Amino acid sequence: MVPGAFNYHRPDTVDGVIGLLGEWGDDARVIAGGHSLIPVMKQRLSDISHLIDLGGVGSLKGIGVDGGTVTIGAMTTQHELISSDALAAAAPIIREASLQIADPQVRYVGTIGGNVANGDPANDMPGLMQTLDATYHLAGPNGARTVAARDFYEAAYFTAREDDEILTAVSFAATGGGYAYEKQKRKIGDYATAAAGVLLSMDGGSCTAASVALTNLSDTPVYCEAAVDILVGSSVDDATISAAVKAAVDVSDPVADTRGPVDFKKYVAGVIVKKAIQSAKARA
Amino acid sequence: MNEATPPKEERSAALSGLGTSRKRVEDARFTQGKGNYVDDIKMAGMLFGDFVRSPYAHARVKSINTEKALALPGVHAVLTAADLEPLGLHWMPTLAGDKQMVLADGKVLFQAQEVAFVVADDRYAAADGVAAVEVEYEELPVLVDPFKAEADDAPVLREDIADQKEGAHGPRRHPNHIFTWESGDRAATEAVLAEADVVAEEMIYYHRTHPCPLEPCGCVASMDKVNGKLTVWGTFQAPHAVRTVASLISGIAEHNIRIVSPDIGGGFGNKVGVYPGYVCSIVASIVTGVPVKWIEDRSDNLMATAFARDYWMKGRISATKDGKITGLHCHTTADHGAFDACADPTKFPAGFMNICTGSYDIPTAYLAVDGIYTNKAPGGVAYRCSFRVTEAAYFIERMIEILAIKLGMDAAELRVKNFIKKEQFPYQSALGWEYDSGDYHTGWDKALKAVGYEALRKEQAERVEAFKRGETRTLLGIGLSHFTEIVGAGPVKNCDILGLGMFDSCEIRIHPTGSAIARLGTISQGQGHATTFAQILASEIGIPAEDITLEEGDTDTAPYGLGTYGSRSTPVAGAAAAMAGRKIRAKAQMIAAYLLEVHDNDIEWDVDRFVVKGSPERFKTMKEIAFASYNQAIPGVEPGLEAVSYYDPPNMTYPFGSYICVMEIDVDTGTTEIRQVYALDDCGTRINPMIIEGQVHGGLTEALAISMGQEIAYDEQGNVTTGTLMDFFVPTAVETPNYQTDYTVTPSPHHPIGAKGVGESPNVGGVPAFSNAVHDAFRAFGLTQSHMPHDHWRIWKTAESLGLHD
Repeated sequence: MVPGAFNYHRPDTVDGVIGLLGEWGDDARVIAGGHSLIPVMKQRLSDISHLIDLGGVGSLKGIGVDGGTVTIGAMTTQHELISSDALAAAAPIIREASLQIADPQVRYVGTIGGNVANGDPANDMPGLMQTLDATYHLAGPNGARTVAARDFYEAAYFTAREDDEILTAVSFAATGGGYAYEKQKRKIGDYATAAAGVLLSMDGGSCTAASVALTNLSDTPVYCEAAVDILVGSSVDDATISAAVKAAVDVSDPVADTRGPVDFKKYVAGVIVKKAIQSAKARA
Repeated sequence: MNEATPPKEERSAALSGLGTSRKRVEDARFTQGKGNYVDDIKMAGMLFGDFVRSPYAHARVKSINTEKALALPGVHAVLTAADLEPLGLHWMPTLAGDKQMVLADGKVLFQAQEVAFVVADDRYAAADGVAAVEVEYEELPVLVDPFKAEADDAPVLREDIADQKEGAHGPRRHPNHIFTWESGDRAATEAVLAEADVVAEEMIYYHRTHPCPLEPCGCVASMDKVNGKLTVWGTFQAPHAVRTVASLISGIAEHNIRIVSPDIGGGFGNKVGVYPGYVCSIVASIVTGVPVKWIEDRSDNLMATAFARDYWMKGRISATKDGKITGLHCHTTADHGAFDACADPTKFPAGFMNICTGSYDIPTAYLAVDGIYTNKAPGGVAYRCSFRVTEAAYFIERMIEILAIKLGMDAAELRVKNFIKKEQFPYQSALGWEYDSGDYHTGWDKALKAVGYEALRKEQAERVEAFKRGETRTLLGIGLSHFTEIVGAGPVKNCDILGLGMFDSCEIRIHPTGSAIARLGTISQGQGHATTFAQILASEIGIPAEDITLEEGDTDTAPYGLGTYGSRSTPVAGAAAAMAGRKIRAKAQMIAAYLLEVHDNDIEWDVDRFVVKGSPERFKTMKEIAFASYNQAIPGVEPGLEAVSYYDPPNMTYPFGSYICVMEIDVDTGTTEIRQVYALDDCGTRINPMIIEGQVHGGLTEALAISMGQEIAYDEQGNVTTGTLMDFFVPTAVETPNYQTDYTVTPSPHHPIGAKGVGESPNVGGVPAFSNAVHDAFRAFGLTQSHMPHDHWRIWKTAESLGLHD
């Protein structure tokens, strides 16, 4: 299983990348960590004659925490997300989720930008970005623009990014309160059977803010607005949690695959969401 | 003893012989990346071959257009069945007496079947060529369910033999039926079952899986047109058999074929058979005049090379009210895929499935196996087990558990009640085997004590109560397994493959300075033969193991043997090594007697030397004897010190063991956590305890994989849904539990050193231990049988069906 011939480009600026994308159009693809793209190329499922490696673009790397806003360059690896103490202080859910992605070898190479931009509903970061209500920063021939993560995903592998644009960074507000990212998988290295990210703030026994999102339970990541509405303002007691779990499961739409049939996945989604809410509440 | 002679124990220890945990000599190169595997072979002008494979499970091939592929730069040739037909090589014989398409001949019968072979400058150009070959298919109805194979509207898969009423193993009753194989007394068994106090009945499915060795299959074929000699380096578990079969098929004289198995990265049965890639590489080398390499990728290996298991075993077991088993009936539907390519001894088309009476004294039994064609890949190899023994062990160990449920008895107690007793060995089983030796009760008692069996049962009962009270959502399973293996195939009188007798061999040459080289007919794929066989020889001839080089796998130099699979290397080739060593010693005795100027009978063997009886100060070491054998004229004795032994074993060996797994099961998520795995093995005389432990760890991990998630699954259209390592479960260190190993020693009475083989025992015993743990956890809630693999969703479904969810 080997890829067909392709030309390799390694520009060192975002403008350089945009220029190459404009030059080669549909024949070109950018590559970040490559964990999704390289298998596709090896299986010759996609005809790519120009591969543009983002690894040489220094401005796409790095983690910044500034005035309550976290900005992460697209080429920041999952290993770097895990190692950053500043990030762990500003948004500890990132470390918790990143540690559940694949294995250390994958995380040394896999990037946050590749993970969110590819539009694969099985990836963990898109769901996590729903939880965080993140903003995606895009650059293209017409300049830079931003898209809310919750508006980014249209269907599996279809996103709001135009073909001549690249994702340069994600940003979101630092989190307070409790958090949890729960994931069930068959083995190390597998995608989620079901996963959920939850943020929960409590004040005086009442939930003041919450966020709930699902990974690999639909053809896009799912932000569970109805579940959030149930949680906010409540005491997050068992009955409320059950209602929120039901609301979350109701908006899931998993498909049967080798991980299991739909009824199983929906049931496990409920278990996972419940665990995540309980864990986030315990930490709030 | 004079002052120069160290004590016996010291001299014995210096040999690193039998019973020593000698470090593996192979590991120095493997751990440094210095192994020499097939893909490491690079030759001048070598080309690379790759297959066009069928996307369909059943289709007619309307046309193959190779024009565009041949026009690509770097593509030299594209072979199709039409090119192989004039050579008579478009089909090839299988090990099971069937035949198999080398390249699609008019139709394809399984997904990923080989359709055309592209030969190009390198693997990239070959893959470009593969993509450019245009094949027109007409889809045909697909048969994936063996129970629908003989329906009126079932598609006929093998049109080439549709009218043949007689197959390699007797009558065929339907075009999709391969054989019926029977063992035991059917009428007597039916009679026993009809009159029994209690009969338990259940369908036991052992799903299709795959050996998935780390290194896939491959070869380099090189036809030297100057000297007419064909050399093939390949991933062969039986290089000599490959040479003979290659000669018979191709017409090339056997002395002009050299087969070499270099380092092999795991075999587990997957590398016993002959694959189209070997045939195509050889033809391509003959056609192009240069060496041709073919190496599978992972998905090719999983989807097209030999699978394992896929047995539907319908069992009935009868007993008296107090739990004495009276009879066993088994009907197996064996899904063989598109061609019968099982690697079994010829007279055993279902392998040694008739060891399915297991460790129990079952007076009356009957087994029938129906082999069926389906639109799946061919195979049916012994994946880290002797031929179909894992299926047999899983079947009986499930039936015992099911009978225990029916009787309301403890499953450990039921086993104790029915074990063959120590004094019954050698034991004649109802299905025709003579178990050479055993002591099941001793190991079983030791195992139960080691895990604290009674306390575990108490804890389990308390857990069930807590679960019923809503205090926990996890259950506790105690998985019991007592297996009896049958390995070391085998006696030539009833064991052959394609007519090749299943003896094995060892040739040993002692060098003048007292070191040695030994060559065997087997081939290590990670078992550590270079370490352990040297230990056998060290103990037999008194030369340190480190002074003995071991060579295997080159048919130009190694003596003829049937290779390594079915745990046969130690029982057969290990015996040959011991016997060759004894021949060396016999000659050495004559030489030593001459040198010491005494009669042969006046000296005796003492670890590493011959000593004059009663005069310990008068001796000749093997080192001294070796030098004299070459350099001193000894009347009536030929110079040199060499021996060859071809060993035809008088019987199989019967390793056994007691395995127990303790498992926590979350009924809501279907996830499991293995708390304890205890494995007690009796493999007879232990050659290298460290290697045994390593073998047990590896085999248990494969057993864990198989029972808990690993499968080759097909959808209704015959597409493989588990064709990559994302979906085909191979455990990592994270999923692998800690293992607690133990042993008893019951030597084989007929093996020269009493050894029985161990590599496959943990797979045979491990699968029922893990699976029984899952079943046992749900016993209190009414579960009798559920099918492997016990992955999360299947366990969840079990809990769901038992009403354990909200």
